[in-house]
Amino acid sequence: MPFQVTKKSRPLIYQQGRSAILFLSPTLLVFSAFILFPVLFSFYLSFHKWNMFSQERAFVGLENYTRVLQSAEFWSVLKNTAVYTLGTVPLNMAFALLVAYFLHKKVFGKKFLRTAFFTPVIISAVAAAVIWRWIYEPNFGLLNYFLSWFGLPSVNWLNDPTAAMSALIIMGVWKTFGVNMVLFAAGLEAIPQHYYEAAEIDGAGKWSKFWNITLPLLSPTTFFIVVMSIIGSFQVFDIVYVLTSGGPLGTTKVLVFYLYEQAFKFFEMGYASAVAYLLFALIFILTLLQIRFLQRRVHYT
Amino acid sequence: MNACWKSAKAILFHLAIYAVALATLAPFIWMVLTSCKDLGEILLYPPKWLPSKLKFDNYVNAFAAAPFGRFYLNSIFVAVTVTFGQLLTCSMAAFAFARLQFRGREALFLLFLGTMMIPGQVTMIPSFMMLYWLGWIDTYYALIVPGLASAFGTFLLRQFFLTIPRELEDAAYIDGCSHAGVLWRVVLPLSKPALATLAVFTFMGVFNDFLWALIVTNSEEMRTVQLGLAVFRDRYTTEWDKLMAASVTATIPILLIFFFAQKYFIQGITLSGLKE
Repeated sequence: MPFQVTKKSRPLIYQQGRSAILFLSPTLLVFSAFILFPVLFSFYLSFHKWNMFSQERAFVGLENYTRVLQSAEFWSVLKNTAVYTLGTVPLNMAFALLVAYFLHKKVFGKKFLRTAFFTPVIISAVAAAVIWRWIYEPNFGLLNYFLSWFGLPSVNWLNDPTAAMSALIIMGVWKTFGVNMVLFAAGLEAIPQHYYEAAEIDGAGKWSKFWNITLPLLSPTTFFIVVMSIIGSFQVFDIVYVLTSGGPLGTTKVLVFYLYEQAFKFFEMGYASAVAYLLFALIFILTLLQIRFLQRRVHYT
Repeated sequence: MNACWKSAKAILFHLAIYAVALATLAPFIWMVLTSCKDLGEILLYPPKWLPSKLKFDNYVNAFAAAPFGRFYLNSIFVAVTVTFGQLLTCSMAAFAFARLQFRGREALFLLFLGTMMIPGQVTMIPSFMMLYWLGWIDTYYALIVPGLASAFGTFLLRQFFLTIPRELEDAAYIDGCSHAGVLWRVVLPLSKPALATLAVFTFMGVFNDFLWALIVTNSEEMRTVQLGLAVFRDRYTTEWDKLMAASVTATIPILLIFFFAQKYFIQGITLSGLKE
């Protein structure tokens, strides 16, 4: 018999609705003020010219968007962001997978090792950048000292326009690969042991097991990590701000740094909102493309 | 011969992985050791790893050179308040989504999940304006209130609440408990692991936050530790001794929390990443 609302159960249902409103109200209040309203308002702003302090907001239509797209600086910033992404994501993933794969085996002191690889993730980007500024220091920094062991010349890592982006990428990989390592580790745990046993009976070697079982069965995890890492690296800000502040000569100025500058240095609120929406669109399109092209190659168990 | 080769390989493998772990930790170890050296020793080339004498003057000097103690209290106060606030708001919302019947529940929940996809940068400017209009810029409200709700936290707790057997709640309802009573007396005590996960995530996120704190504060009294470090960098470019000591201090609470809540934290990452 289907469930029917009887006279008796009705008050209870009303009461649930009332409780629900009560329980949801703090969250909904904060959300409407700091997510819903901002999302709509920044869309509205992106069609206006406004410096935040004046009373008038002039409607300019698509001008902000065309100005962004015609600005040479925007394209160079976009290029920097893409270089950062192309540099960090593959390195990060290779490193994360390698470490997760090794930690999955019988290792002495597994817990210590896992903590060691995870430490860079938990310390703040600012504190980490302080250390790395020292490592990259041209005169007494650790990295140049290390290079000197191999007879390599000193590099002015953070002030040389050709080296600064590499410095940023190295630190970026160091700072974030621990998260992906944990995700890969969880993915590895989830692969049923009997696949390996069956492969061993068929005489499969280590490499063939890795290529034919581990990698394909890990592909949902890999897929998730690719998408999240790309989104994350398109939004990088803290380490750029503290390590290079976008310099030298704007070679490490990334998208969010540019957005921050336009909004809170030059108070071009409309223009910055257009940049924010373009960033949103870009992330959205990238994610859709990845879902389309990568998911075909993902094997679910 | 075979056994010999096997153990040799195992030793080599361990050496390799410990070398990589050490390399990963090296910057951090360097920071801690440097914070105990005097400036002359810091500027030595070639660099010397171990300080000749352990000194803690740098810590004293760092706290004396800038209102670092104030920054520290600000950070702790904001992080603790936001953490408790979020535990409360998220568990209330999660309970409504997991257990209460009301019209539009599914749609509202989807809307919630959808907001997780919006990059923070899109909402940043109008959020700043809201606070500006409210006169909250450069106050604790600006650092705390926007963090008092979270789609991630609501989602995480809702998933956990769904796994709690309904019979336990029904028994409490029969005994005359209200919805709030059931949440407080039955659901929350059973949800300690999920609440711990959320608490650790929130505390770390807020304590380490930089961009938002940078935007909404401007006076020295309102700065948080992370901003303080960035200022140290500008003002005391050559005073590496203080900077390193301050950075170690800024890292300690996070390390402590991670040490005690490691299990939850890692669980939280894997849960948020992989559960459908």
